[in-house]
Amino acid sequence: MSERVVELEVLRYNPETDLEPHFQRYSVSCREEWVVLDALNHIKENIDPTLSYRWSCHMAVCGSCGMMINREPRLACKSFLRDYQGVIRVEPLAHFPVERDLVTVIDDFVAKLKRVKPYLIPKEPKALEDGEYRQTPAQLKRYKQFTLCINCMLCYAACPEYGLIPKFIGPAAISLAHRYNQDSRDGGRDERQQEVAAYEGVWECAFVGACSEVCPEHVDPAAALQQVKIKSTIDWYLEHTMPWLTKS
Amino acid sequence: METVQTDVAIIGAGGAGLRAAIALAEADPKLRIALISKVYPMRSHTCAAEGGAAGVIKADDSLDHHFNDTVGGGDWLCDQDAVDYLVQEAPRELIQLEHWGCPWSREADGSVAVRPFGGMKKQRTWFAADKSGFHILHTLFQTSLQFPSIERFDEYYATELLVDDGRCQGLTAIEMRSGQMRQIRARAVIIAGGGAGRMFPFTTNGAIKTGDGMALAYRAGVPLKDMEFVQYHPTGLPSTGTLLTEACRGEGGVLLNKNGRRFLQDYGMGPETPLGKPVLKTMELGPRDRVSQAFWHEQQKGNMVATQWGDAMLLDMRHLGEKKINERLPLVRDMSISYMGVDPVRDPVPVRPVVHYMMGGIHTDIRAATPVAGLFAAGECACVSINGANRLGSNSLTELLVFGRRAALSAAEYLASGAGPGNDAALEAGAKAAQERVRELFQRTGGTESLAGLRKEMMHTLEKNAGIYRSGEGLTEACAKLAELRRRYKQIELHDKTNVYNTDLLQALELGSMLDCAEAVAVSALERKESRGAHQRLDHTERDDQRYLRHSLAHYQGETAPRVDYLDVVITKSQPGVRDYSGGHE
Repeated sequence: MSERVVELEVLRYNPETDLEPHFQRYSVSCREEWVVLDALNHIKENIDPTLSYRWSCHMAVCGSCGMMINREPRLACKSFLRDYQGVIRVEPLAHFPVERDLVTVIDDFVAKLKRVKPYLIPKEPKALEDGEYRQTPAQLKRYKQFTLCINCMLCYAACPEYGLIPKFIGPAAISLAHRYNQDSRDGGRDERQQEVAAYEGVWECAFVGACSEVCPEHVDPAAALQQVKIKSTIDWYLEHTMPWLTKS
Repeated sequence: METVQTDVAIIGAGGAGLRAAIALAEADPKLRIALISKVYPMRSHTCAAEGGAAGVIKADDSLDHHFNDTVGGGDWLCDQDAVDYLVQEAPRELIQLEHWGCPWSREADGSVAVRPFGGMKKQRTWFAADKSGFHILHTLFQTSLQFPSIERFDEYYATELLVDDGRCQGLTAIEMRSGQMRQIRARAVIIAGGGAGRMFPFTTNGAIKTGDGMALAYRAGVPLKDMEFVQYHPTGLPSTGTLLTEACRGEGGVLLNKNGRRFLQDYGMGPETPLGKPVLKTMELGPRDRVSQAFWHEQQKGNMVATQWGDAMLLDMRHLGEKKINERLPLVRDMSISYMGVDPVRDPVPVRPVVHYMMGGIHTDIRAATPVAGLFAAGECACVSINGANRLGSNSLTELLVFGRRAALSAAEYLASGAGPGNDAALEAGAKAAQERVRELFQRTGGTESLAGLRKEMMHTLEKNAGIYRSGEGLTEACAKLAELRRRYKQIELHDKTNVYNTDLLQALELGSMLDCAEAVAVSALERKESRGAHQRLDHTERDDQRYLRHSLAHYQGETAPRVDYLDVVITKSQPGVRDYSGGHE
């Protein structure tokens, strides 16, 4: 089986000893089918046990191993070495504080996710004894795509607005709010709108579309955000032109 | 050392831990709940489960069918009262998830869809395409965000339980971000720490599945039950071990040897069923242990396909067609193309058995309670036991829901029974000692062993001697080797002396957990001189109900090997019989 030597340039930062981050070069003998994560694991196991990064599933579903690979937000477990030539530069996800090496601080996202109330607020409460809500495949399809978010935060690293205005709630959190808004069982849109339709909510989005380009699960957050904008605009016009149609 | 006071501490925030947390929050909003996990909840390995969760919902099915499939599938090593509880509670739990928004796949009329699964006589596996575990985990995680009483401790690694006066009263944990040790005092503790598949080199399990929860309980005096039963899932990608769900076969995929023969018919699972028309509980819908064992026999005969990653069989899904594969198995297609370069729409995918699940684990009773007062366990880390000697696919997601909730209810009952305040000085001393043990590892110099080296030796030992087929000779070798590795573990030295997010330290602690679990696997396997379910002995080829219709209990003995004793299986209505997966079983 074929092997080749790959040069990786990895950002290192130890907050206890380093004033500034720096790059460290590693030469790794890699198998042809490896992904960048395999190369990092090889380094950790055989060359440098101090290298720090997050990973777990190695199948693009746990969302742990998001990082910048040649300046592009990627999952390391789904970035094949065969798709790269020359030195591969590996850095922590952009727009997040660096905790250490490739590990970022994600408190901001975790807090924002909670704010948008990403859980079902039932339109009509139902007892468990009464069985499941009926939901046709067509109704499922209206929101299914937006359920696929693995919270990997590549979209935040790609979003120029989030880079400029950190208060922006951002693509993943708004997509997940939209996911519940679109669910036929849900009646919580009004509650979510307070966060989602606020100034730091959907209106910060300039529709660059970078979020959808980097999303490894094809959630298409940009589509979610534009749908939220259209609905919020309709709300505004209804409220101002036909106030008798809107609640309180 | 900073101390956190809480009512219930939950270690592990995957499916079982989250389910327990929500159940506690709902049971009593005044309870303080600490949800402690070494990873953010959405990173937990529940996310990797693909196929679905079993629960009786359709008119042609019954709780008795689910019970019988599970007990027979487990080769009668299941506790039947626990299985009864599982099958009764399963539909309620799955409907509960539906009410919380889980995007279950649907029938045209809007009711929940079910799919066939291995060893199940009826279609009863609820699914969300082939990302069922992912959706269950995220539904639970997102639902949990509405409860202010759940306080999360994300990226905290639990190092020891605090047990005094025979009662579990908290734990010590390292905050990864700072490297600081915290003492979390709790009136009850629930362990939901997942399995230990990373003891083996070739596994579907993510990096985090290192048996930490099992080791915590084991070292605190709770026996590990039935640890010799390790499930090989028949269909992993040979390159990475990535799981291709059993639903591939549930939807009609077939297994071929290198001659194109559906070889399962030669191993008691025939006669061959028509292509594209899977028949429940036979051929490709046989149970995982039997299918993996059939692979082993075909491999011995030289009937497997050679790949650069070793021998493989072929999983042929071409006849399902592109539309069905995209709709029902999108992840399978994506991963086969990404990691193997094979598109299942066009070509059969090479697969081979891969370590997937621990049937054994922390000994609990049907209430999810361990023998230590105030300590409960649920999910893969626990052994209650509903899986017996072989778990049926799609029972584990159900198990973590049913027994995650059960552990919470039992913990709440325990609190209500009024366990008095603990001995503060004794707990403080326990926490200090725990901190000292980590400090000693962290600061150790002059160590002669490497973490990566010991880990490799452990994996190699288990793969060689504790795989699909085992022998007394091989297991004796494994026991000796693991005892040696546990001794040498005391000589490892860390290279990373940083406090912040020290994964060198984390991995060293995880290796310690895995070595303890691995020794329990090998010793229990050596002691069980019979073949049952996933435990197959070349030197004891028959099931021996006279001697071994019993659970093994491995008791931690510190530096020496565990002591193994046995506990009778609970049998209520199904006497041990023949596991028949031939087409004539009806």
